[in-house]
Amino acid sequence: MALRQCAIYGKGGIGKSTTTQNLVAALAEAGKKVMIVGCDPKADSTRLILHAKAQNTIMHLAAEAGSVEDLELEDVLKVGYGDIKCVESGGPEPGVGCAGRGVITAINFLEEEGAYEEDLDFVFYDVLGDVVCGGFAMPIRENKAQEIYIVVSGEMMAMYAANNIAKGIVKYANSGGVRLAGLICNSRNTAREDELITELATKLGSHMIHFIPRDNEVQRAEIRRMTVIEYNPQAKQADEYRALAQKVMNNKNLVIPTPITMDELEEVMMSFGILEEEDESIVGKTAAQLAAEAAA
Amino acid sequence: MQVAEKIVPSYPLFRQDEYKASLDAKKLFEAKHDQAKIEETFQWTTSVEYKDLNFKREALTINPAKACQPLGAVLCALGFEKTLPYVHGSQGCVAYFRTYFNRHFKEPIACVSDSMTEDAAVFGGQKNMFDGLPNAKALYKPDMIAVSTTCMAEVIGDDLNAFINNSKKEGHIDKDFPIPYAHTPSFVGSHVTGWDNMFEGIARYFTLNFMEGKAVGSNGKINIVPGFETYLGNYKVIKRMLTEMGVDYSFLCDPTEVLDTPADGQFRMYAGGTTMDEVKDAPNAKTTFLLQPMQLEKTKKLVETTWTQEVPKLQIPMGLEWTDEWLMKVSEVTGKPIPDSLVKERGRLLDMMMDSHTWLHGKKFALYGDPDFVMGLTKFLLELGAEPIHILCNNGSKKWDKAMKKLLADSPYGVNCKTYPGADLWHMRSLVFTDKPDFLIGNSYGKFIQRDTLHKGKAFEVPLIRLGFPIFDRHHLHRQTTLGYEGAMQMLTTLVNAVLERLDEETRGMGTTDYNYDLVR
Repeated sequence: MALRQCAIYGKGGIGKSTTTQNLVAALAEAGKKVMIVGCDPKADSTRLILHAKAQNTIMHLAAEAGSVEDLELEDVLKVGYGDIKCVESGGPEPGVGCAGRGVITAINFLEEEGAYEEDLDFVFYDVLGDVVCGGFAMPIRENKAQEIYIVVSGEMMAMYAANNIAKGIVKYANSGGVRLAGLICNSRNTAREDELITELATKLGSHMIHFIPRDNEVQRAEIRRMTVIEYNPQAKQADEYRALAQKVMNNKNLVIPTPITMDELEEVMMSFGILEEEDESIVGKTAAQLAAEAAA
Repeated sequence: MQVAEKIVPSYPLFRQDEYKASLDAKKLFEAKHDQAKIEETFQWTTSVEYKDLNFKREALTINPAKACQPLGAVLCALGFEKTLPYVHGSQGCVAYFRTYFNRHFKEPIACVSDSMTEDAAVFGGQKNMFDGLPNAKALYKPDMIAVSTTCMAEVIGDDLNAFINNSKKEGHIDKDFPIPYAHTPSFVGSHVTGWDNMFEGIARYFTLNFMEGKAVGSNGKINIVPGFETYLGNYKVIKRMLTEMGVDYSFLCDPTEVLDTPADGQFRMYAGGTTMDEVKDAPNAKTTFLLQPMQLEKTKKLVETTWTQEVPKLQIPMGLEWTDEWLMKVSEVTGKPIPDSLVKERGRLLDMMMDSHTWLHGKKFALYGDPDFVMGLTKFLLELGAEPIHILCNNGSKKWDKAMKKLLADSPYGVNCKTYPGADLWHMRSLVFTDKPDFLIGNSYGKFIQRDTLHKGKAFEVPLIRLGFPIFDRHHLHRQTTLGYEGAMQMLTTLVNAVLERLDEETRGMGTTDYNYDLVR
């Protein structure tokens, strides 16, 4: 089987890292050889696989060694549950330096050191929530991730973010092979969430690949720095991730997305009651003005 | 063939038949268009049609006529006593600043970088500064380090104030060691902006929090701020004029010594320069004269708000009238009369202008360079009765353009002139092809325009007169003067002799044009 490279995007705090690690654990359980590349200065993309607080990152080790050229692959590549290979790009403390450049440096290093040449079925890039600059688009540049999964929930900002990410993909899709592979709904238990995300996915020209219900088993596993698959293989939630893994393995639905306009997106949200109809007559009026109008 | 006993340089060596044949044979592998096609395209680039296309260019600069901010910051730092210019950023940029200046001044240039590499780009350059500042101090023993930045540090948002303070707080460098700084992003402004920023940084460092007890006029001096000035004679002429007037002054930024060190067997990393005490004392002066006011906006603001001095509204003291105005203002501010020696010097300049005016009257010039320089030169050309027709200023602002248009409109010799702020030398090439001036005035890069115009034919050739910065291909011109009456005399000499040189060249034809190959001009 040829190597498939996938990138996971989505709004910050939506559960990208948790979803990615559980999905990857399920793939490993199914016998796939997988690598996770964390592209986030927080470096929390591999802790559930490695049972570690935070992995030593490429950039951290490079700074210690003097330069990236002084690093070797085995310094940065750790192996965890299910023989999953783990690397974290790392980056600066908040407020200094350039995290985007860190991602670029780290991925270039992995390529030069032949991290992808080993016997692998999947590489997953777990990318910082907001694609704030070119560095965080590095995983979807030419010859890298071909499949993008967007983690989303039925909340307004998560859906805005998903649509924006789709816009980003279009930019790269027209010149290269990158495609939107589907929306993963990580449920927040909002009303008619599965229908809503299916609707959004359809508008984007894609599909909701799986609906992951909310389950506290995930949190219980997480405080033990484990995935559900490893912590409690019999749990119902473990089966959800296995189902997602199966769908990803068989996924043929790869498209150039068709992002929608703000108005269309708001219409979808309104039809599901997430967003209320805007009252143009009150825009820009202070409380005092409105009170005066009401009194009149 | 090259023979060891008699080494021949590339020219004329490569004109030997053997090399010509070899170079022709090489073309086979170059996948070049045939000569006729190249020629056809060349001719097309000289046309009006091409010029119109060229001026529609939006996203591309070809042959810029400006350099970047940190280059200016380095020149500024060099003008202070025992000061090491320190550029926070990548090494290559600093190598460029050093070579750029040594090609112009033919002098070694002391300037260090803290060599930010890949990890510094990710984590920020604070660590480089922690190591770089004490290293630079230990190795080169400066009394002051003046820090500027390259693009790399600016793009990732490195904070010089915080980094320098942290370096001091954590004991990497002595708390009292003076480290003024300026953010100088290369992708904003030009070298003249960088000079302004660095000067403002140095002035701010030594005065902003030390204004108590300072009183305008209390030291009886005036301050002179030159701006990005590469003619060493200009520093000297201003000093001479002030000395002749008996005016006490502080030249704030004076790199004349360090950029002109003697070959006496002793290497001087530092020489001369404005002292820290002079900078600290600057707010006590009567006022501050900004020699290149167009490019010293930040400095002006500091002088007016922090030092609370009234900055005289003047132009660059270039040519006759603007030197008059400058001297009269100095006289007015200091109460010192303009001495006979300067009155006589002025008379000599006027005499020279009259001696030469028949040759310069109506001659057409295209010129380019930095905002104030170009403006002063334009003023002087108009005074000579010469006609500027294309004036280009790559780092010229809208404000510059407005001032230029006004200056040109005030003179009958300026009415046919157009100004081009923001344009580059490829634009200039189109201009001189489609509306030919007699001469082009600018820095060394103009020589390629001369070559191109000659290629079209002798009748189209626009000879270059070298005035400006940088001048890489002629020696010692940086020691000359362009300011004051003396500068005007030197420029006039250069201009008129270029005209006569050209006339001689054209009339040297034996039996054809030599009827006008005159002994007396």
